[in-house]
Amino acid sequence: MDPPRQCPSPSSSRPISPRTPSCETLGYVGIEAVLDQMKIKAMKMGFEFNIMVVGQSGLGKSTMVNTLFKSKIWKSTPSGLALGPIPQTLQLHSVTHVIEEKGVKLKLTVTDTPGFGDQINNDKCLRPLDIEFLQRLCRTVNVVPVIARADSLTMEEREDFRRRIQHNLRTHSIDVYPQECFDEDINDKILNCKIRERIPFAVVGADREHVVNGRCVLGRKTKWGIVEVENMKHCEFPLLRDLLIRSHLQDLKDITHNVHYENYRVGRLNESHMLPRGPGWVTLDPAPANSPALPGPSKVCRWAQDTPSEEY
Amino acid sequence: MSSEEARHLFFQTHMATKSCMSSQVSVDEQKKRENIRSLTMSGHVGFESLPDQLVNRSIQQGFCFNILCVGETGIGKSTLIDTLFNTNFEDHESSHFCPHVRLKAQTYELQESNVRLKLTIVNTVGFGDQINKEESYQPIVDYIDAQFEAYLQEELKIKRSLFNYHDSRVHACLYFISPTGHSLKTLDLLAMKSLDSKVNIIPVIAKADAISKTELQKFKIKLMSELVSNGVQIYQFPTDDETVAKINASMNGHLPFAVVGSMDEVKVGNKLVKARQYPWGIVQVENENHCDFVKLREMLICTNMEDLREQTHTRHYELYRRCKLEEMGFSDVGPENKPLSLQETYEAKRHQIYGERQRKEEEMKQMFVQRVKEKEAILKEAERELQAKFEHLKRVHQEERMKLEEKRRLLEEEIISFSKKKATSEIYQNQTFMGSNLKKDKDRKNSNFM
Repeated sequence: MDPPRQCPSPSSSRPISPRTPSCETLGYVGIEAVLDQMKIKAMKMGFEFNIMVVGQSGLGKSTMVNTLFKSKIWKSTPSGLALGPIPQTLQLHSVTHVIEEKGVKLKLTVTDTPGFGDQINNDKCLRPLDIEFLQRLCRTVNVVPVIARADSLTMEEREDFRRRIQHNLRTHSIDVYPQECFDEDINDKILNCKIRERIPFAVVGADREHVVNGRCVLGRKTKWGIVEVENMKHCEFPLLRDLLIRSHLQDLKDITHNVHYENYRVGRLNESHMLPRGPGWVTLDPAPANSPALPGPSKVCRWAQDTPSEEY
Repeated sequence: MSSEEARHLFFQTHMATKSCMSSQVSVDEQKKRENIRSLTMSGHVGFESLPDQLVNRSIQQGFCFNILCVGETGIGKSTLIDTLFNTNFEDHESSHFCPHVRLKAQTYELQESNVRLKLTIVNTVGFGDQINKEESYQPIVDYIDAQFEAYLQEELKIKRSLFNYHDSRVHACLYFISPTGHSLKTLDLLAMKSLDSKVNIIPVIAKADAISKTELQKFKIKLMSELVSNGVQIYQFPTDDETVAKINASMNGHLPFAVVGSMDEVKVGNKLVKARQYPWGIVQVENENHCDFVKLREMLICTNMEDLREQTHTRHYELYRRCKLEEMGFSDVGPENKPLSLQETYEAKRHQIYGERQRKEEEMKQMFVQRVKEKEAILKEAERELQAKFEHLKRVHQEERMKLEEKRRLLEEEIISFSKKKATSEIYQNQTFMGSNLKKDKDRKNSNFM
């Protein structure tokens, strides 16, 4: 059967193949200089990152993105939403920016989903819409759930809510990032378990600076105090930022490239065998919204279902 | 160690002051095209760790590097590789009597601090020992193509695992030139010409301790001019990135490197160094005044390994891939110059093949039906003949039988009449006999009485 996924995660070690003999160098050669060569190449080419934010309008998605990347990616209320009725269909709205830090260039694309789930209301647990959506999403993309507007919950309420969401996710087999099936070794497991315990992160977004105890901090000013975004005691924004940007960004890209894209590719290629095509027909059908019933997310996450390939 | 530290330091200071000016222009143009805005950030975000994240992932995955050594038997290929990587790879001396060129590939795992390198050395055994020159280099071309083909096959698979794939494509070809001091051999020119569009060629002058310094200079100039005039494209160390442009450019001027390989250690002063000891002196491998070994190691491993891999993938492999796919009938542009996707081409081809198959099936069916009919007719004909023969025979039999019956009847009649005759004649005979017997008796009696 298929071997467990071998795409590396932030910290792991791969076993050396038993067939290639391992040799001892008797002295310095200079092989490790290849790391510098890679860095030079990477800095020259720059990096790319594409992120999509999903949620009801008014939850603070745009502010959150602005806070994450410390720049005005979005104006706080995307135009078109403040005026007029809530759009009936989901319209995706993408924006690309290039930001640079210490010589590292990042081309960031943020996609917003205004109008998602605006018709229904809830605040106690995951709604059926959310559950259905998350189940499908988790099979195609790395999903990081986030509790928005966490400053309206007390610490106990937060923990409660978090536990309930975790329970919901487990019951409905929704495999969010970091996915357990991709943990490569014990180091990975330890690191990712800590993260998984805290998911969904309770975050607060803010793009204004205020002065607290003589320091300048990002925060939301309310009548009863200032919620500091980067203070771990106030909200878990630093955890989210560290996960997304500082430690797991490359891993997110790797999983998308090696697993999600490959799954999609297998699905598409298999499909094209089955659909009849006539001569001269050149337009492509959009991919069907639902693949045939799949057994469970863990298997799906790694490889697409084995469909018997037609003779061609 | 110190050269390595120096390099690291150099890299770090450069990065800190790097202004990205040269690449800025192209990035700006691209940004304009894509309508992307540059933003300035108001604080520290933390994605400066991205190169480190990338490097960490590469460390886990390990690196792959494949070197092909082309040169005559005994020219010092294995020794040079041993010296380059400071290891004693196991290898046996090859014979000079190989009828064909064989390529021997061996993979080793090397580790230096936290970098794991999967190194594959491909040796050409018997190169140059053939009478027909083409037989010398064709197997090498075939080997390189085979590695590209294997990668292409993996890439085109439906379920593929490219990140797991052991990349066996040749990243660098060290071409060993004999230190004759005169010029390139015809074989060298032919071989390099057929390899230069498939692999990064780095020519080296082997056993450089056989040439004097002045001869060496002239030799190098002669070699390079011959390569240029014959249109052989050897690998040029890249000069587009500022960090390495200067050193690469200067090294390009020292090509081809004159190298000496040795794993033997000789005491020079109070140190043990790798060297070759002659009665008239000691040739030190790592002494830049004695040979270009250190330059080769610097360029091949420390500075440009990543570029060699990249060139192989983005230039040589892409060329192979393009040619192969075009051969298979795929094209990016359809009739009327409209852009075609791979899917469309594939579908069109599939439909075409399917149609042909249908047609062939029909043909075969028709042919089969035809032949069955013919066979049937033949069989029917034979049956009829057989039947006719049978009837004829039957008739003949019957006639014969009747004749026989007739004859039998006649015979019986004859028998009856004969038996009748016999009966009457017997009676008649008996009567006469009786009478004669009586007379005989009487006579006897009468005679007795006398």
